[in-house]
Amino acid sequence: MKQTALTDLALQARRPLFPPRGWAALAAAAAALALLPLLNLAFPPGHALHVSAYAVALLGKFMCYAIAALALDLVWGYAGILSLGHGLFFALGGYAHGMYLMRAIGRDGVYQSDLPDFMVFLDWKQYPWYWSFTEHFWYAMLLVVAVPGALAFVFGYFAFRSRIKGVYFSIITQALTFAAMLLFFRNDTGFGGNNGFTDFKRILGFDITAPGTRAALYWITLAALAGALVLGRAVTQSKLGRVLTAVRDAESRLRFIGYEPLGFKLFVWTLSAMLCGIAGALYVPQVGIINPGEMSTENSIEMVIWVATGGRGTLIGPIIGAGAVNGLKTWFTSVLPEFWLYALGLIFVLVTLFLPTGIVGLVRRIAARVQERRA
Amino acid sequence: MRIAAIAVTLRHLLLAWLLAMPALASAAAPRVDQAMLAPLAAGDTQARLDAIAALGAAPGAETVLQALGGDQLYAAPDGRVLISEDGILALDPATGRQESLPPGSEGLSINNRLRRAIEAALATTRLFSDDAAQRLAAARRLQQSGDPSRLPLLDRALAAERNEEVRAALEIAQANLELKSEDAAVRRHAVELLGKTGNAAFRSTLAALTAQRDGAYAEPDPGVREAAAAALRRIDRHLATIEWAGNLFYGASLGSILLLAALGLAITFGLMGVINMAHGELLMIGAYVTYVVQTLFRAWLPGWLDWYVAAALPAAFVVTALVGMALERTVIRWLYGRPLETLLATWGISLILMQAVRSLFGAQNVEVGNPSWMSGGITVLGGLVLSYNRLVIIGFALFVVFLVWVLLNHTRLGLFVRAITQNRRMADCVGVPTGRVDMLAFGLGSGIAGLAGVALSQLGNVGPDLGRGYIVDSFMVVVLGGVGQLAGTVIAALGLGGINKFLEPYAGAVMAKITILALIVLFVQKRPQGLFAPRGRSVE
Repeated sequence: MKQTALTDLALQARRPLFPPRGWAALAAAAAALALLPLLNLAFPPGHALHVSAYAVALLGKFMCYAIAALALDLVWGYAGILSLGHGLFFALGGYAHGMYLMRAIGRDGVYQSDLPDFMVFLDWKQYPWYWSFTEHFWYAMLLVVAVPGALAFVFGYFAFRSRIKGVYFSIITQALTFAAMLLFFRNDTGFGGNNGFTDFKRILGFDITAPGTRAALYWITLAALAGALVLGRAVTQSKLGRVLTAVRDAESRLRFIGYEPLGFKLFVWTLSAMLCGIAGALYVPQVGIINPGEMSTENSIEMVIWVATGGRGTLIGPIIGAGAVNGLKTWFTSVLPEFWLYALGLIFVLVTLFLPTGIVGLVRRIAARVQERRA
Repeated sequence: MRIAAIAVTLRHLLLAWLLAMPALASAAAPRVDQAMLAPLAAGDTQARLDAIAALGAAPGAETVLQALGGDQLYAAPDGRVLISEDGILALDPATGRQESLPPGSEGLSINNRLRRAIEAALATTRLFSDDAAQRLAAARRLQQSGDPSRLPLLDRALAAERNEEVRAALEIAQANLELKSEDAAVRRHAVELLGKTGNAAFRSTLAALTAQRDGAYAEPDPGVREAAAAALRRIDRHLATIEWAGNLFYGASLGSILLLAALGLAITFGLMGVINMAHGELLMIGAYVTYVVQTLFRAWLPGWLDWYVAAALPAAFVVTALVGMALERTVIRWLYGRPLETLLATWGISLILMQAVRSLFGAQNVEVGNPSWMSGGITVLGGLVLSYNRLVIIGFALFVVFLVWVLLNHTRLGLFVRAITQNRRMADCVGVPTGRVDMLAFGLGSGIAGLAGVALSQLGNVGPDLGRGYIVDSFMVVVLGGVGQLAGTVIAALGLGGINKFLEPYAGAVMAKITILALIVLFVQKRPQGLFAPRGRSVE
């Protein structure tokens, strides 16, 4: 990698990942979130401090979404690559984990066979080759990152090499996701077709519906989210992150200076896909189902609006956005279901028109104005 | 009335008899007489069956057979068999004389076995009907028959037949029966005739001839086997031609739909570099306008219902163009230079439009019917049906392309649009009102989407999700075709449609789609700007 003396100068002093106050805020937020399942377990229903299992599950789901949004923000907010296909990576991670969970059902399925019910239904006598070893948890976990990562790497290599960018790239990722969805909808593909995977019984020997298991999954998700945040910070703070920002702002100029953007873009693109796969893998045991609907065009674009609403180009923004939009969705679908699509459509329009920097940007602007007034 | 009809039939028969005199004389077909009819009244079923078969070969026996099938045949005490519709008046079929039904006459009852025999015999008599369509139908029926005793009858019919189509049908029926002949030469002739038809219905018959069973060939004569194999090849070749032509037709049909769906998108994308994610919903609105126009026609102008599509076209164009212009004014204009944000905002609009249509018309599909002149189709190559609605839409797509071409290349607006597509800033500098042109061009693109919606409503279901199915495909067309080039869009749309349909039989619909996507990604490697990249030195 050719590097000029100038960038070396600018990055001489390695800055800490977060300032002390940032670390403290992160720890406080994590601790507060970690407390919720404890409140659910420790206090009986009806108690003032009791948190319902539903709320814990919902929050666990939102945190999975937040990881996915963070992953998307790494490519869109920092490298300017708008993917309309992150739903695919999310679902692939989910399917990889789902394969293990399906095999962990054992003979407890409806047909009491060694094979999952849908294979019995299709009259299959054995697992297809790509299901081999998935009975091992570690191997499934490897697939969770390897499959989305490999797909993203190959696709990204071809796309970035021929300098497909902007809306062209977005559309092609969308088509890729669409094609994959059609593929997974087929029964012959061997992933349960329409119904996907569901009716999971246990994970690593633990009952998957037990409150303790659910709390553990929640904590793991929380840890993963915190880890993703720190990782994202590490990437964006590094020299590599600076180059990525340059790719976003002036790719041609970067090229003229002597950088080859391919490697940088490919790295962050693949990393993002892997993170998204992890998010999907954490999502499946908590929600209890994965089907090709997760790959629909709508889902991938919704992920983009989480990032846009929260504030792209910031790491905390996507987390806030995923929480805010999904919180709103939960409220709407329970109170005014027929108006949710209007609301979502309006969010898309209003955020892009009036809040290009999202909630985080808005808060920052207000804070700056307040400070100005004080001064 | 019945009597009059019979009289007419008899007169016609007489005429046919005179015309066909030489042929019939040689074949010496018996006429209906009471001696032939008498066994019908007998108690012995076999005798009755024989009598029915004999009647089948006799000209003029159709009325008798129909009467027997309709329980209108009576046995008079004097042994004659008479036809009576009402049990009072009777007709002697042998003489054609009318009389009152003698007292003591008994109705002839029939059972199912007889009924089948009557039907077969009727089919035979129809071979000599005056109506060519009836003869053709009868010949077609005989093609399915396996009864070699019909051969002399067919020979007779063939000798008398002058209509080419009926002759061909008769020859096939004859060949089918000749296959069972003892004479190898006759069988061979039959096999050759069957091969000439190219009809898939005879494939299994011919294949059975060439097949081996228990070490022995079903067909002992090697010459006939060879001929059968050749005939099989001939039929397969014909089938392959039909399939190929069918793929071509359906490919052209799909291509024309993609073209209509993508044309508007290509204009707006070429002009402003923005992807309008609500484009699919504009298609959907066009289809719903068609539905509304159809409903209005049903209510107010039922006599003109067949022409509602003609009224729907301008209505859909105007409505979607207005929606598009409103979009451009309120949303897209403010996101100029931020194509990714435009994509998101228009997606939001598409959600709103879809939900609005759901609220207005319900989530279910609505029913849009084809006008009568668009239903049905023409059959070509003996087996491929080209439906009129698809043909009309292919023609319509080409017409729209022509209109757009005229608009872009021979009007002032088109000149401005092309100028802005090539270099927006320069166009602005020399006085092109870019803002106004943007709005008009967006309206044009949306209006074309509306026209496409009318076309789509004639092919498939009309529901709120209609547009979703087309957006990915039409984007692929735009990506492949390149920006700002009408020719690129046309070739990309027709090419994608054709490739899709040709891949489908081998790979299945889903794998065909995936393969095409992979091909597009590979293609874009070579030509990132699409098929027809505008030459220039512009860089973003």
